[in-house]
Amino acid sequence: MYSKEHLDYLKKKKKELFLIITFQILLIVLFLAIWEILVKYKVLNSFLSSSPSLVIKTIYTLFKSNNLLKHIFTTLYETLISFSIGTILGLLIATILWWNKKIAKIFDPYLTILNSLPKVSFGPLLIIWIGANQKTIIIIALLIAIFTTIINMYHAFTTTDNYKITLLKSFKATKLQIFTNVVFPSNIKSLINTLKINISLTLIGVIMGELLISKQGLGYLINYGTQIFNLNLVITSIFILGIISYLLYFILEFIEKKITK
Amino acid sequence: MCHNILEVKNLTKKYHNLKQEVTALKDISFSVKNKEFITIVGPSGCGKSTILSILAQIIPSSYGEVLFKKKNPTIGYMLQQDALFDWKTIYENCLIGLKIKNKNKITKQEEDFVLNLLKKYGLYEFKDNYPDSLSGGMRQRVALIRTLAINPDILLLDEPFSALDYQTRLSLSDDVYNIIKNEEKTAIMVTHDIAEAISISNRIIVLSKRPSTIKKIYNIELTNPSTPTNNRKDKNFLKYHDMIWKELDQNV
Repeated sequence: MYSKEHLDYLKKKKKELFLIITFQILLIVLFLAIWEILVKYKVLNSFLSSSPSLVIKTIYTLFKSNNLLKHIFTTLYETLISFSIGTILGLLIATILWWNKKIAKIFDPYLTILNSLPKVSFGPLLIIWIGANQKTIIIIALLIAIFTTIINMYHAFTTTDNYKITLLKSFKATKLQIFTNVVFPSNIKSLINTLKINISLTLIGVIMGELLISKQGLGYLINYGTQIFNLNLVITSIFILGIISYLLYFILEFIEKKITK
Repeated sequence: MCHNILEVKNLTKKYHNLKQEVTALKDISFSVKNKEFITIVGPSGCGKSTILSILAQIIPSSYGEVLFKKKNPTIGYMLQQDALFDWKTIYENCLIGLKIKNKNKITKQEEDFVLNLLKKYGLYEFKDNYPDSLSGGMRQRVALIRTLAINPDILLLDEPFSALDYQTRLSLSDDVYNIIKNEEKTAIMVTHDIAEAISISNRIIVLSKRPSTIKKIYNIELTNPSTPTNNRKDKNFLKYHDMIWKELDQNV
């Protein structure tokens, strides 16, 4: 059995957690309620600021007209494809750079330039080269996310604990064995952190691409809504986007907990 | 304990960078007999560890010879940090050397050998634990078993106790000594702790500061050799401590 002090401690911790969750829920409820009330009493113009009830109504009508899921899936599909390619390609390039220090040194200044360059600026060019289609959107998102993956993972690989590498060398390990036995597994945490950054950058890229190309997806809905001055549609799309980005992040966090248990 | 299993002749190591050339080791020559425990002491930064890295074939020497009696000897290298993989269990950690050497194929015999080592040295019950649940001293013991798992012809110990607190250090040096004697291994240890060196070894090689040469080699003859902790109470202990201390002092 626990002592009285320990029970008190557990009670205190439980109370603290309860308080935090209560405030978290309260904050969002309060925000939505104030928003709704301000619109209802015409302090805010519903045409410009929409309202929670209008957002829900819009979601419902979009869903009924069979449009909502199509746009959500388009955005999700583009994000996941781009994210997967970016992760695999980024990891592969980071591995090559770790493998051969000379290649890393040669490419170092170019990687720095490409990383700091706003990749969105390639958008119009890519549309002309590849066309106003999904491929271009995926490539824009890839360009935005991949350099972070390469640079982060390369940095993580090169800062692997030297003692562990020396140890494997004393067993006469090959470079491939060093990579698969130490360098990669000891950087799983960095990999997941990189994936978290990667997924949000990819989503940014996809929305940028959809805004530019404007055929389908939540980015298109935002663009379309702005053009016909249906701000309600714009705000609804942003609202859905917020939920999607949180869910994607949540999935990665879940995987992280599974792995680093 | 008569024939030499290792002979080092005129070992020299130079490090290069754009600004300068640094001679770390110069004309180091010594031999190692079977089942001997040799310790290398010297001022910090003198290149003690470099000798071990060269013997372990991790870095090349500039010139000089390292001659093992046996062709393709197996070398066990134990480092200052235990370098245990925290994503592997104790048992998996102990198998890593075999896994690397045999390209993932480990025989039943080898498995039994490692399990037996864990049993003999009181780590069997922790074999499915992860390293972060063990104390620093236990972790170093696991590191030693990981080194012994490949059945090395010679053990190289690079300041294996220096990352531990004093208490753990003393008891672990007894443990390590007993394990090495039990398994009838030859060992070369690097340390900066004179007392540790005298208490554990048959011979002590004293190095000078950079460029390091061998200043003197001491044969340690205690009146009543026992475990390292007991050796510290030996009559001759202080005598050696004094001599080596003075030898090192001149170089500061």
